[in-house]
Amino acid sequence: MYAQMIKSTGKGVKSLDEMDPEERAFQERINAGGKIEPKDWMPEGYRKTLIRQIGQHAHSEIVGQLPEGNWITRAPTLERKAILLAKVQDEAGHGLYLYCAAETLGVSRDQLTRDLLTGKMKYSSIFNYPTLTWADMGAVGWLVDGAAIMNQVPLQRTSYGPYARAMVRICKEESFHQRQGFDIMMKMANGTQAQREMAQDALNRFWYPSLMMFGPSDAESVHSAQSMAWKIKMNTNDELRQKFVDQTVPQAEYLGLKIPDEHLKWNEDRGSYDFSEPDWDEFFDVLQGNGPCSRDRMEARNKAWDDGRWVREGLLAHAQKKRSRNMAAE
Amino acid sequence: MSDPLFEFLCRMGDNTLVLGHRVSEWCGVAPVLEEDIALANTALDLIGQTTLWLNLAGEVEGKGRNADALAFRRDIWDFRNVLLVEQPNGDFGQTMMRQFLFDAWHKAYLTALQSSSNAQIAAIAEKSLKEVTYHLERTTDTVIGLGDGTDESHDRMQNALDRLYPYVGEMFTSDTVDAALSAEGIAPDPASLRPQYDTLLRDVFSQATLTIPASDFAHKGGKSGQRHSEHLGHMLAQMQWLQRAYPDAIW
Repeated sequence: MYAQMIKSTGKGVKSLDEMDPEERAFQERINAGGKIEPKDWMPEGYRKTLIRQIGQHAHSEIVGQLPEGNWITRAPTLERKAILLAKVQDEAGHGLYLYCAAETLGVSRDQLTRDLLTGKMKYSSIFNYPTLTWADMGAVGWLVDGAAIMNQVPLQRTSYGPYARAMVRICKEESFHQRQGFDIMMKMANGTQAQREMAQDALNRFWYPSLMMFGPSDAESVHSAQSMAWKIKMNTNDELRQKFVDQTVPQAEYLGLKIPDEHLKWNEDRGSYDFSEPDWDEFFDVLQGNGPCSRDRMEARNKAWDDGRWVREGLLAHAQKKRSRNMAAE
Repeated sequence: MSDPLFEFLCRMGDNTLVLGHRVSEWCGVAPVLEEDIALANTALDLIGQTTLWLNLAGEVEGKGRNADALAFRRDIWDFRNVLLVEQPNGDFGQTMMRQFLFDAWHKAYLTALQSSSNAQIAAIAEKSLKEVTYHLERTTDTVIGLGDGTDESHDRMQNALDRLYPYVGEMFTSDTVDAALSAEGIAPDPASLRPQYDTLLRDVFSQATLTIPASDFAHKGGKSGQRHSEHLGHMLAQMQWLQRAYPDAIW
Protein backbone atom coordinates (compact mmCIF):
# COMPACT_ATOMS: atom_id res chain seq x y z
CA MET A 1 0.00 0.00 0.00
CA TYR A 2 1.11 3.51 -0.62
CA ALA A 3 -0.68 5.25 2.23
CA GLN A 4 1.25 6.81 5.09
CA MET A 5 0.22 8.70 8.22
CA ILE A 6 -3.48 8.45 7.42
CA LYS A 7 -5.44 10.43 9.98
CA SER A 8 -8.60 8.90 11.38
CA THR A 9 -11.00 10.48 13.88
CA GLY A 10 -8.18 11.24 16.31
CA LYS A 11 -10.32 9.98 19.18
CA GLY A 12 -9.92 6.73 21.01
CA VAL A 13 -11.68 3.62 19.81
CA LYS A 14 -15.11 3.38 21.39
CA SER A 15 -16.20 0.21 23.09
CA LEU A 16 -19.35 -1.45 21.79
CA ASP A 17 -21.22 -0.27 24.88
CA GLU A 18 -20.36 3.36 24.13
CA MET A 19 -21.80 3.17 20.59
CA ASP A 20 -25.34 3.99 19.55
CA PRO A 21 -27.29 1.05 18.07
CA GLU A 22 -26.49 1.89 14.41
CA GLU A 23 -22.78 2.22 14.99
CA ARG A 24 -22.75 -0.86 17.17
CA ALA A 25 -24.42 -2.94 14.45
CA PHE A 26 -21.85 -1.60 11.98
CA GLN A 27 -18.91 -2.49 14.22
CA GLU A 28 -20.31 -5.93 14.99
CA ARG A 29 -20.65 -6.64 11.32
CA ILE A 30 -16.99 -5.74 10.79
CA ASN A 31 -15.94 -7.79 13.80
CA ALA A 32 -17.72 -10.79 12.29
CA GLY A 33 -15.73 -10.38 9.08
CA GLY A 34 -18.62 -8.88 7.08
CA LYS A 35 -18.18 -6.35 4.25
CA ILE A 36 -19.50 -2.80 4.18
CA GLU A 37 -20.93 -1.81 0.80
CA PRO A 38 -21.41 1.72 -0.63
CA LYS A 39 -25.13 2.00 0.18
CA ASP A 40 -24.77 0.73 3.75
CA TRP A 41 -24.82 3.10 6.68
CA MET A 42 -21.34 3.98 7.91
CA PRO A 43 -19.91 6.38 10.49
CA GLU A 44 -18.74 9.65 8.96
CA GLY A 45 -15.26 9.04 10.36
CA TYR A 46 -15.04 5.69 8.58
CA ARG A 47 -16.05 7.27 5.28
CA LYS A 48 -13.62 10.18 5.60
CA THR A 49 -10.70 8.03 6.71
CA LEU A 50 -11.26 5.67 3.80
CA ILE A 51 -11.38 8.55 1.32
CA ARG A 52 -8.05 9.80 2.67
CA GLN A 53 -6.52 6.34 2.53
CA ILE A 54 -7.84 5.23 -0.87
CA GLY A 55 -7.19 8.69 -2.32
CA GLN A 56 -3.59 8.68 -1.15
CA HIS A 57 -3.13 5.22 -2.57
CA ALA A 58 -4.62 6.29 -5.93
CA HIS A 59 -2.45 9.42 -6.07
CA SER A 60 0.61 7.29 -5.35
CA GLU A 61 -0.17 5.09 -8.34
CA ILE A 62 -0.52 8.17 -10.55
CA VAL A 63 2.62 9.96 -9.37
CA GLY A 64 4.36 6.56 -9.28
CA GLN A 65 4.18 6.48 -13.07
CA LEU A 66 6.79 9.23 -13.23
CA PRO A 67 9.95 7.67 -11.76
CA GLU A 68 9.50 4.58 -13.94
CA GLY A 69 8.27 6.50 -16.95
CA ASN A 70 11.64 8.22 -16.64
CA TRP A 71 13.28 5.06 -18.04
CA ILE A 72 10.82 3.87 -20.68
CA THR A 73 12.55 5.77 -23.46
CA ARG A 74 15.94 4.45 -22.33
CA ALA A 75 15.01 0.82 -21.70
CA PRO A 76 17.86 -1.32 -23.02
CA THR A 77 15.92 -3.89 -25.08
CA LEU A 78 12.54 -4.05 -26.80
CA GLU A 79 11.34 -6.65 -24.32
CA ARG A 80 12.40 -4.58 -21.30
CA LYS A 81 10.71 -1.53 -22.80
CA ALA A 82 7.47 -3.46 -23.33
CA ILE A 83 7.51 -4.92 -19.80
CA LEU A 84 8.16 -1.52 -18.23
CA LEU A 85 5.45 0.15 -20.30
CA ALA A 86 2.98 -2.57 -19.34
CA LYS A 87 3.90 -2.09 -15.70
CA VAL A 88 3.40 1.67 -15.77
CA GLN A 89 0.14 1.10 -17.62
CA ASP A 90 -0.97 -1.23 -14.81
CA GLU A 91 -0.26 1.55 -12.34
CA ALA A 92 -2.50 3.95 -14.25
CA GLY A 93 -5.14 1.20 -14.16
CA HIS A 94 -4.71 0.81 -10.39
CA GLY A 95 -5.19 4.55 -10.04
CA LEU A 96 -8.38 4.25 -12.02
CA TYR A 97 -9.89 1.40 -9.91
CA LEU A 98 -8.95 3.18 -6.72
CA TYR A 99 -10.49 6.49 -7.79
CA CYS A 100 -13.62 4.50 -8.68
CA ALA A 101 -13.59 2.88 -5.24
CA ALA A 102 -13.25 6.34 -3.67
CA GLU A 103 -16.13 7.62 -5.79
CA THR A 104 -18.43 5.07 -4.14
CA LEU A 105 -17.79 7.03 -0.91
CA GLY A 106 -19.12 10.23 -2.44
CA VAL A 107 -16.02 12.07 -3.66
CA SER A 108 -15.35 12.68 -7.36
CA ARG A 109 -12.15 11.86 -9.20
CA ASP A 110 -11.90 15.52 -10.23
CA GLN A 111 -12.06 16.64 -6.61
CA LEU A 112 -9.38 14.15 -5.58
CA THR A 113 -7.22 15.25 -8.52
CA ARG A 114 -7.53 18.88 -7.46
CA ASP A 115 -6.55 17.95 -3.91
CA LEU A 116 -3.45 16.19 -5.21
CA LEU A 117 -2.45 19.05 -7.52
CA THR A 118 -2.83 21.71 -4.83
CA GLY A 119 -0.82 19.62 -2.39
CA LYS A 120 -3.78 19.17 -0.03
CA MET A 121 -3.55 15.40 -0.38
CA LYS A 122 -0.29 13.47 -0.33
CA TYR A 123 1.16 10.50 -2.16
CA SER A 124 3.71 7.99 -0.92
CA SER A 125 7.08 9.47 0.08
CA ILE A 126 8.90 6.88 -2.05
CA PHE A 127 8.01 8.52 -5.35
CA ASN A 128 9.95 11.63 -4.40
CA TYR A 129 13.22 9.79 -4.94
CA PRO A 130 15.00 9.85 -8.32
CA THR A 131 15.59 6.86 -10.59
CA LEU A 132 19.16 7.29 -11.80
CA THR A 133 20.25 4.07 -13.48
CA TRP A 134 18.56 1.11 -15.16
CA ALA A 135 19.16 -0.90 -11.97
CA ASP A 136 16.68 1.44 -10.27
CA MET A 137 13.95 -0.13 -12.41
CA GLY A 138 14.92 -3.40 -10.78
CA ALA A 139 15.11 -1.92 -7.30
CA VAL A 140 11.74 -0.19 -7.61
CA GLY A 141 10.06 -3.44 -8.65
CA TRP A 142 11.87 -5.56 -6.09
CA LEU A 143 11.82 -3.24 -3.06
CA VAL A 144 9.08 -0.65 -3.64
CA ASP A 145 6.52 -3.04 -5.06
CA GLY A 146 7.69 -5.62 -2.54
CA ALA A 147 6.97 -3.22 0.32
CA ALA A 148 3.63 -2.25 -1.22
CA ILE A 149 2.56 -5.88 -1.47
CA MET A 150 3.23 -6.45 2.24
CA ASN A 151 0.40 -4.07 3.01
CA GLN A 152 -1.86 -4.77 0.08
CA VAL A 153 -2.18 -8.51 0.55
CA PRO A 154 -3.89 -8.17 3.95
CA LEU A 155 -6.03 -5.33 2.56
CA GLN A 156 -7.74 -7.81 0.27
CA ARG A 157 -9.65 -8.67 3.46
CA THR A 158 -10.39 -5.05 4.37
CA SER A 159 -13.92 -4.24 5.55
CA TYR A 160 -14.91 -1.95 2.67
CA GLY A 161 -16.11 -4.11 -0.22
CA PRO A 162 -15.10 -1.99 -3.25
CA TYR A 163 -11.64 -1.39 -1.77
CA ALA A 164 -11.11 -5.08 -0.98
CA ARG A 165 -12.14 -6.10 -4.49
CA ALA A 166 -9.89 -3.49 -6.14
CA MET A 167 -7.05 -4.79 -4.00
CA VAL A 168 -7.49 -8.37 -5.22
CA ARG A 169 -6.76 -7.36 -8.78
CA ILE A 170 -4.04 -4.91 -7.81
CA CYS A 171 -2.22 -7.57 -5.79
CA LYS A 172 -2.09 -9.96 -8.73
CA GLU A 173 -0.47 -7.32 -10.89
CA GLU A 174 1.86 -6.07 -8.15
CA SER A 175 3.29 -9.50 -7.53
CA PHE A 176 4.09 -9.75 -11.24
CA HIS A 177 5.79 -6.35 -11.00
CA GLN A 178 7.86 -7.48 -8.08
CA ARG A 179 9.01 -10.57 -9.96
CA GLN A 180 10.03 -8.57 -13.01
CA GLY A 181 11.93 -6.16 -10.76
CA PHE A 182 13.79 -9.04 -9.18
CA ASP A 183 14.49 -10.42 -12.64
CA ILE A 184 16.16 -7.13 -13.64
CA MET A 185 18.20 -7.24 -10.42
CA MET A 186 19.32 -10.80 -11.19
CA LYS A 187 20.51 -9.81 -14.65
CA MET A 188 22.35 -6.82 -13.21
CA ALA A 189 23.83 -8.66 -10.22
CA ASN A 190 25.07 -11.46 -12.47
CA GLY A 191 26.18 -9.13 -15.24
CA THR A 192 29.31 -7.08 -15.88
CA GLN A 193 31.23 -5.26 -13.16
CA ALA A 194 29.46 -2.02 -14.10
CA GLN A 195 26.06 -3.69 -13.86
CA ARG A 196 26.87 -5.14 -10.43
CA GLU A 197 27.91 -1.69 -9.25
CA MET A 198 24.66 -0.21 -10.55
CA ALA A 199 22.67 -2.90 -8.72
CA GLN A 200 24.45 -2.27 -5.40
CA ASP A 201 24.10 1.48 -5.81
CA ALA A 202 20.35 1.12 -6.46
CA LEU A 203 19.96 -1.01 -3.31
CA ASN A 204 21.96 1.54 -1.30
CA ARG A 205 19.72 4.38 -2.40
CA PHE A 206 16.36 2.59 -2.19
CA TRP A 207 16.76 0.54 1.00
CA TYR A 208 15.90 3.16 3.64
CA PRO A 209 13.27 4.97 1.54
CA SER A 210 11.59 1.55 1.13
CA LEU A 211 11.57 1.03 4.90
CA MET A 212 9.99 4.48 5.24
CA MET A 213 7.12 3.41 3.02
CA PHE A 214 5.49 1.69 6.01
CA GLY A 215 5.48 4.96 7.94
CA PRO A 216 6.88 5.60 11.44
CA SER A 217 6.01 3.29 14.31
CA ASP A 218 2.30 3.58 15.00
CA ALA A 219 2.09 1.34 18.06
CA GLU A 220 0.83 4.34 20.08
CA SER A 221 -1.23 6.01 17.35
CA VAL A 222 -4.94 6.59 18.05
CA HIS A 223 -5.49 6.99 14.31
CA SER A 224 -4.08 3.55 13.55
CA ALA A 225 -5.99 1.99 16.45
CA GLN A 226 -9.28 3.26 15.02
CA SER A 227 -8.37 2.18 11.48
CA MET A 228 -7.49 -1.28 12.76
CA ALA A 229 -10.76 -1.54 14.65
CA TRP A 230 -12.54 -0.72 11.40
CA LYS A 231 -10.34 -3.20 9.52
CA ILE A 232 -9.19 -0.68 7.00
CA LYS A 233 -5.69 -1.19 8.34
CA MET A 234 -4.79 -4.76 9.12
CA ASN A 235 -1.31 -4.64 10.68
CA THR A 236 0.88 -2.13 12.45
CA ASN A 237 3.62 -0.38 10.51
CA ASP A 238 6.32 -2.10 12.55
CA GLU A 239 4.90 -5.57 11.91
CA LEU A 240 4.88 -4.98 8.18
CA ARG A 241 8.33 -3.40 8.12
CA GLN A 242 9.74 -6.40 10.00
CA LYS A 243 8.07 -8.80 7.60
CA PHE A 244 9.50 -6.91 4.66
CA VAL A 245 13.04 -6.95 6.08
CA ASP A 246 12.80 -10.67 6.89
CA GLN A 247 11.67 -11.42 3.36
CA THR A 248 14.14 -9.16 1.59
CA VAL A 249 17.43 -9.93 3.34
CA PRO A 250 17.72 -13.50 1.97
CA GLN A 251 16.83 -12.20 -1.50
CA ALA A 252 19.68 -9.67 -1.31
CA GLU A 253 22.01 -12.47 -0.21
CA TYR A 254 20.90 -14.57 -3.16
CA LEU A 255 21.73 -11.65 -5.46
CA GLY A 256 25.12 -11.22 -3.80
CA LEU A 257 24.25 -7.65 -2.79
CA LYS A 258 24.84 -6.05 0.58
CA ILE A 259 22.03 -4.35 2.52
CA PRO A 260 23.45 -0.96 3.58
CA ASP A 261 22.95 -1.52 7.31
CA GLU A 262 25.86 -2.39 9.59
CA HIS A 263 23.51 -3.35 12.41
CA LEU A 264 21.55 -5.84 10.37
CA LYS A 265 21.72 -9.14 12.27
CA TRP A 266 19.64 -12.28 12.61
CA ASN A 267 18.03 -12.41 16.05
CA GLU A 268 17.64 -16.02 17.05
CA ASP A 269 15.27 -15.28 19.94
CA ARG A 270 12.85 -13.23 17.87
CA GLY A 271 13.27 -15.34 14.73
CA SER A 272 13.66 -12.09 12.82
CA TYR A 273 16.33 -9.66 11.70
CA ASP A 274 17.35 -6.70 13.84
CA PHE A 275 17.87 -3.67 11.64
CA SER A 276 18.46 0.08 11.76
CA GLU A 277 15.60 2.53 11.59
CA PRO A 278 15.56 4.88 8.62
CA ASP A 279 16.23 8.57 9.20
CA TRP A 280 12.76 9.77 10.19
CA ASP A 281 13.79 13.44 9.93
CA GLU A 282 14.39 12.81 6.24
CA PHE A 283 10.97 11.14 6.01
CA PHE A 284 9.21 14.17 7.52
CA ASP A 285 11.19 16.48 5.24
CA VAL A 286 9.97 14.49 2.25
CA LEU A 287 6.36 14.64 3.49
CA GLN A 288 6.76 18.42 3.80
CA GLY A 289 7.56 18.58 0.10
CA ASN A 290 11.34 18.58 0.45
CA GLY A 291 12.08 15.23 -1.15
CA PRO A 292 14.76 15.16 -3.87
CA CYS A 293 12.07 15.12 -6.60
CA SER A 294 9.02 16.52 -4.79
CA ARG A 295 8.87 19.70 -6.83
CA ASP A 296 9.57 17.91 -10.11
CA ARG A 297 6.79 15.41 -9.49
CA MET A 298 4.18 18.03 -8.61
CA GLU A 299 5.23 20.24 -11.51
CA ALA A 300 4.98 17.30 -13.91
CA ARG A 301 1.48 16.37 -12.68
CA ASN A 302 0.29 19.98 -12.75
CA LYS A 303 1.72 20.52 -16.22
CA ALA A 304 0.05 17.36 -17.54
CA TRP A 305 -3.28 18.47 -16.08
CA ASP A 306 -2.99 22.07 -17.35
CA ASP A 307 -1.74 21.05 -20.80
CA GLY A 308 -4.58 18.57 -21.08
CA ARG A 309 -7.32 21.04 -20.24
CA TRP A 310 -8.11 21.92 -23.88
CA VAL A 311 -8.34 18.21 -24.73
CA ARG A 312 -10.79 17.46 -21.93
CA GLU A 313 -12.85 20.53 -22.80
CA GLY A 314 -12.76 19.75 -26.52
CA LEU A 315 -13.95 16.17 -26.12
CA LEU A 316 -16.66 17.25 -23.69
CA ALA A 317 -17.90 19.95 -26.07
CA HIS A 318 -17.99 17.43 -28.90
CA ALA A 319 -19.99 14.95 -26.82
CA GLN A 320 -22.50 17.69 -25.99
CA LYS A 321 -22.79 18.74 -29.65
CA LYS A 322 -23.40 15.15 -30.63
CA ARG A 323 -26.06 14.78 -27.99
CA SER A 324 -27.93 17.88 -29.11
CA ARG A 325 -27.67 16.85 -32.77
CA ASN A 326 -29.12 13.45 -31.91
CA MET A 327 -31.94 15.06 -29.94
CA ALA A 328 -32.69 17.47 -32.79
CA ALA A 329 -32.87 14.52 -35.19
CA GLU A 330 -35.38 12.62 -33.05
CA MET B 1 21.25 -1.44 -53.00
CA SER B 2 20.88 -4.07 -50.28
CA ASP B 3 18.34 -6.88 -50.51
CA PRO B 4 14.88 -5.34 -51.18
CA LEU B 5 13.23 -7.78 -48.77
CA PHE B 6 15.55 -6.70 -45.93
CA GLU B 7 14.94 -3.04 -46.80
CA PHE B 8 11.18 -3.58 -46.75
CA LEU B 9 11.25 -5.35 -43.37
CA CYS B 10 13.36 -2.54 -41.90
CA ARG B 11 10.86 -0.02 -43.21
CA MET B 12 7.99 -1.82 -41.50
CA GLY B 13 9.89 -2.38 -38.26
CA ASP B 14 11.44 1.09 -38.10
CA ASN B 15 8.06 2.75 -38.60
CA THR B 16 6.61 0.93 -35.63
CA LEU B 17 9.81 1.25 -33.56
CA VAL B 18 10.09 5.00 -33.98
CA LEU B 19 6.38 5.69 -33.59
CA GLY B 20 6.12 3.33 -30.61
CA HIS B 21 8.99 5.19 -28.98
CA ARG B 22 7.37 8.57 -29.60
CA VAL B 23 4.05 7.42 -28.16
CA SER B 24 5.80 5.95 -25.11
CA GLU B 25 7.20 9.43 -24.38
CA TRP B 26 3.67 10.30 -23.18
CA CYS B 27 3.88 7.90 -20.28
CA GLY B 28 2.30 9.41 -17.18
CA VAL B 29 1.55 12.88 -18.56
CA ALA B 30 -1.55 12.41 -20.75
CA PRO B 31 -4.59 14.73 -20.44
CA VAL B 32 -6.67 12.10 -18.56
CA LEU B 33 -5.94 8.74 -16.98
CA GLU B 34 -7.85 6.85 -19.67
CA GLU B 35 -5.53 8.39 -22.28
CA ASP B 36 -2.44 7.35 -20.32
CA ILE B 37 -3.71 3.80 -20.52
CA ALA B 38 -4.71 4.00 -24.19
CA LEU B 39 -1.40 5.58 -25.28
CA ALA B 40 0.54 2.89 -23.45
CA ASN B 41 -1.58 0.28 -25.23
CA THR B 42 -0.76 1.74 -28.63
CA ALA B 43 2.94 1.96 -27.80
CA LEU B 44 2.92 -1.65 -26.58
CA ASP B 45 1.28 -2.88 -29.77
CA LEU B 46 3.80 -1.02 -31.90
CA ILE B 47 6.77 -2.32 -29.94
CA GLY B 48 5.42 -5.86 -30.28
CA GLN B 49 5.08 -5.43 -34.04
CA THR B 50 8.60 -4.02 -34.17
CA THR B 51 9.97 -7.18 -32.61
CA LEU B 52 8.25 -9.32 -35.25
CA TRP B 53 9.34 -7.21 -38.23
CA LEU B 54 12.92 -6.65 -37.14
CA ASN B 55 13.52 -10.24 -36.05
CA LEU B 56 12.40 -11.33 -39.49
CA ALA B 57 14.65 -8.65 -41.05
CA GLY B 58 17.61 -10.04 -39.12
CA GLU B 59 16.75 -13.56 -40.21
CA VAL B 60 16.51 -12.51 -43.87
CA GLU B 61 19.78 -10.62 -43.62
CA GLY B 62 21.52 -13.72 -42.23
CA LYS B 63 24.27 -11.89 -40.33
CA GLY B 64 23.18 -12.93 -36.86
CA ARG B 65 21.43 -9.68 -35.96
CA ASN B 66 18.12 -9.82 -34.08
CA ALA B 67 15.49 -7.11 -33.49
CA ASP B 68 17.45 -5.61 -30.57
CA ALA B 69 20.68 -5.43 -32.57
CA LEU B 70 18.84 -3.65 -35.36
CA ALA B 71 16.92 -1.32 -33.05
CA PHE B 72 19.75 -0.37 -30.73
CA ARG B 73 22.95 -0.63 -32.75
CA ARG B 74 22.24 1.01 -36.11
CA ASP B 75 22.90 4.67 -36.76
CA ILE B 76 20.60 7.20 -38.38
CA TRP B 77 21.50 6.44 -42.03
CA ASP B 78 20.39 2.83 -41.61
CA PHE B 79 16.91 3.75 -40.37
CA ARG B 80 14.12 3.32 -42.90
CA ASN B 81 11.06 4.81 -41.19
CA VAL B 82 9.01 7.50 -42.90
CA LEU B 83 9.62 11.06 -41.71
CA LEU B 84 6.08 11.37 -40.33
CA VAL B 85 6.68 9.00 -37.39
CA GLU B 86 9.86 10.69 -36.18
CA GLN B 87 8.19 14.10 -35.88
CA PRO B 88 8.07 15.29 -32.26
CA ASN B 89 4.96 14.72 -30.17
CA GLY B 90 4.04 18.40 -29.89
CA ASP B 91 0.77 18.78 -28.01
CA PHE B 92 -1.71 15.95 -27.59
CA GLY B 93 -3.47 17.06 -30.77
CA GLN B 94 -0.33 16.77 -32.85
CA THR B 95 0.37 13.33 -31.41
CA MET B 96 -3.15 12.16 -32.25
CA MET B 97 -3.06 13.69 -35.73
CA ARG B 98 0.28 12.01 -36.49
CA GLN B 99 -1.14 8.73 -35.23
CA PHE B 100 -4.29 9.06 -37.31
CA LEU B 101 -2.39 9.89 -40.52
CA PHE B 102 -0.14 6.91 -39.91
CA ASP B 103 -2.87 4.50 -38.76
CA ALA B 104 -4.93 5.15 -41.90
CA TRP B 105 -1.93 4.24 -44.10
CA HIS B 106 -0.90 1.39 -41.82
CA LYS B 107 -4.30 -0.26 -41.91
CA ALA B 108 -4.55 -0.06 -45.71
CA TYR B 109 -1.02 -1.37 -46.14
CA LEU B 110 -1.38 -4.25 -43.66
CA THR B 111 -4.68 -5.24 -45.22
CA ALA B 112 -2.92 -5.65 -48.56
CA LEU B 113 0.02 -7.43 -46.91
CA GLN B 114 -2.28 -10.15 -45.61
CA SER B 115 -2.22 -11.59 -49.11
CA SER B 116 1.56 -11.37 -49.44
CA SER B 117 3.23 -14.23 -51.31
CA ASN B 118 5.57 -14.44 -48.29
CA ALA B 119 3.75 -16.46 -45.61
CA GLN B 120 5.70 -14.97 -42.66
CA ILE B 121 4.90 -11.43 -43.80
CA ALA B 122 1.24 -12.30 -44.29
CA ALA B 123 1.11 -13.75 -40.77
CA ILE B 124 2.68 -10.67 -39.14
CA ALA B 125 0.32 -8.45 -41.14
CA GLU B 126 -2.70 -10.42 -40.01
CA LYS B 127 -1.73 -10.18 -36.34
CA SER B 128 -0.83 -6.48 -36.58
CA LEU B 129 -3.99 -5.61 -38.46
CA LYS B 130 -6.20 -6.59 -35.53
CA GLU B 131 -4.35 -4.07 -33.35
CA VAL B 132 -4.10 -1.37 -35.98
CA THR B 133 -7.80 -1.54 -36.81
CA TYR B 134 -8.44 -0.54 -33.22
CA HIS B 135 -5.77 2.18 -33.31
CA LEU B 136 -7.47 3.73 -36.33
CA GLU B 137 -10.91 3.59 -34.73
CA ARG B 138 -9.61 5.39 -31.68
CA THR B 139 -7.64 8.07 -33.51
CA THR B 140 -10.55 8.66 -35.90
CA ASP B 141 -12.85 9.32 -32.95
CA THR B 142 -10.30 11.55 -31.25
CA VAL B 143 -9.53 13.60 -34.36
CA ILE B 144 -13.26 14.12 -34.98
CA GLY B 145 -13.94 14.88 -31.30
CA LEU B 146 -11.18 17.47 -30.99
CA GLY B 147 -11.68 18.94 -34.47
CA ASP B 148 -15.38 19.42 -33.80
CA GLY B 149 -14.93 20.36 -30.13
CA THR B 150 -14.19 23.86 -28.85
CA ASP B 151 -12.68 26.70 -30.90
CA GLU B 152 -9.34 26.07 -29.24
CA SER B 153 -9.32 22.33 -29.88
CA HIS B 154 -10.38 22.94 -33.49
CA ASP B 155 -7.54 25.42 -34.06
CA ARG B 156 -5.00 23.14 -32.47
CA MET B 157 -6.10 20.21 -34.65
CA GLN B 158 -6.03 22.34 -37.79
CA ASN B 159 -2.50 23.46 -36.90
CA ALA B 160 -1.50 19.83 -36.37
CA LEU B 161 -2.90 18.84 -39.74
CA ASP B 162 -1.18 21.75 -41.49
CA ARG B 163 2.09 20.89 -39.75
CA LEU B 164 1.99 17.15 -40.55
CA TYR B 165 0.26 16.91 -43.91
CA PRO B 166 3.52 17.48 -45.85
CA TYR B 167 4.71 14.14 -44.41
CA VAL B 168 1.76 12.14 -45.78
CA GLY B 169 3.00 11.86 -49.36
CA GLU B 170 6.15 9.90 -48.48
CA MET B 171 4.05 6.92 -47.33
CA PHE B 172 2.72 6.56 -50.87
CA THR B 173 5.86 7.10 -52.93
CA SER B 174 7.04 4.04 -54.84
CA ASP B 175 10.72 3.35 -55.38
CA THR B 176 12.85 0.45 -56.64
CA VAL B 177 12.37 -1.50 -53.39
CA ASP B 178 8.60 -1.23 -53.72
CA ALA B 179 8.76 -2.16 -57.39
CA ALA B 180 10.83 -5.28 -56.67
CA LEU B 181 8.47 -6.45 -53.90
CA SER B 182 5.37 -5.65 -55.83
CA ALA B 183 6.67 -7.64 -58.83
CA GLU B 184 7.05 -10.71 -56.58
CA GLY B 185 3.65 -10.26 -54.95
CA ILE B 186 5.29 -9.66 -51.55
CA ALA B 187 3.94 -6.17 -50.92
CA PRO B 188 1.56 -3.77 -52.68
CA ASP B 189 2.61 -0.74 -54.67
CA PRO B 190 2.13 2.03 -52.08
CA ALA B 191 0.83 4.45 -54.73
CA SER B 192 -2.09 2.13 -55.38
CA LEU B 193 -3.37 2.71 -51.82
CA ARG B 194 -3.58 6.49 -52.07
CA PRO B 195 -7.14 6.83 -53.46
CA GLN B 196 -8.75 4.89 -50.59
CA TYR B 197 -6.60 6.85 -48.10
CA ASP B 198 -7.75 10.15 -49.55
CA THR B 199 -11.38 9.05 -49.40
CA LEU B 200 -11.03 8.18 -45.71
CA LEU B 201 -9.27 11.48 -44.92
CA ARG B 202 -11.93 13.51 -46.69
CA ASP B 203 -14.66 11.75 -44.75
CA VAL B 204 -12.99 12.04 -41.34
CA PHE B 205 -11.80 15.63 -41.76
CA SER B 206 -15.20 16.71 -42.97
CA GLN B 207 -16.74 15.33 -39.76
CA ALA B 208 -13.92 16.94 -37.81
CA THR B 209 -14.61 20.29 -39.57
CA LEU B 210 -10.93 20.43 -40.59
CA THR B 211 -9.54 21.57 -43.93
CA ILE B 212 -7.06 19.41 -45.82
CA PRO B 213 -4.18 21.64 -46.99
CA ALA B 214 -4.34 22.49 -50.71
CA SER B 215 -0.67 21.79 -51.39
CA ASP B 216 0.28 18.17 -51.86
CA PHE B 217 3.98 18.91 -51.37
CA ALA B 218 5.67 15.93 -49.74
CA HIS B 219 8.92 15.75 -47.78
CA LYS B 220 10.99 12.66 -48.60
CA GLY B 221 14.11 10.92 -47.37
CA GLY B 222 12.96 8.77 -44.45
CA LYS B 223 12.05 5.47 -46.02
CA SER B 224 15.03 5.64 -48.36
CA GLY B 225 17.24 6.60 -45.40
CA GLN B 226 18.81 9.38 -47.45
CA ARG B 227 17.80 12.32 -45.25
CA HIS B 228 16.05 11.97 -41.91
CA SER B 229 15.02 14.96 -39.84
CA GLU B 230 17.21 16.20 -36.98
CA HIS B 231 14.67 14.81 -34.53
CA LEU B 232 15.56 11.17 -35.16
CA GLY B 233 19.16 11.56 -33.98
CA HIS B 234 18.05 12.81 -30.58
CA MET B 235 15.60 9.96 -30.25
CA LEU B 236 18.32 7.42 -31.06
CA ALA B 237 20.72 9.05 -28.61
CA GLN B 238 18.21 8.41 -25.87
CA MET B 239 16.90 5.06 -27.04
CA GLN B 240 20.27 3.47 -27.78
CA TRP B 241 22.31 4.98 -24.98
CA LEU B 242 22.52 1.99 -22.62
CA GLN B 243 23.34 -0.49 -25.37
CA ARG B 244 26.01 1.84 -26.74
CA ALA B 245 27.53 2.77 -23.38
CA TYR B 246 27.71 -0.83 -22.10
CA PRO B 247 28.13 -2.93 -25.25
CA ASP B 248 29.12 -6.09 -23.33
CA ALA B 249 26.16 -6.10 -20.99
CA ILE B 250 23.15 -8.37 -21.17
CA TRP B 251 19.98 -6.75 -19.87
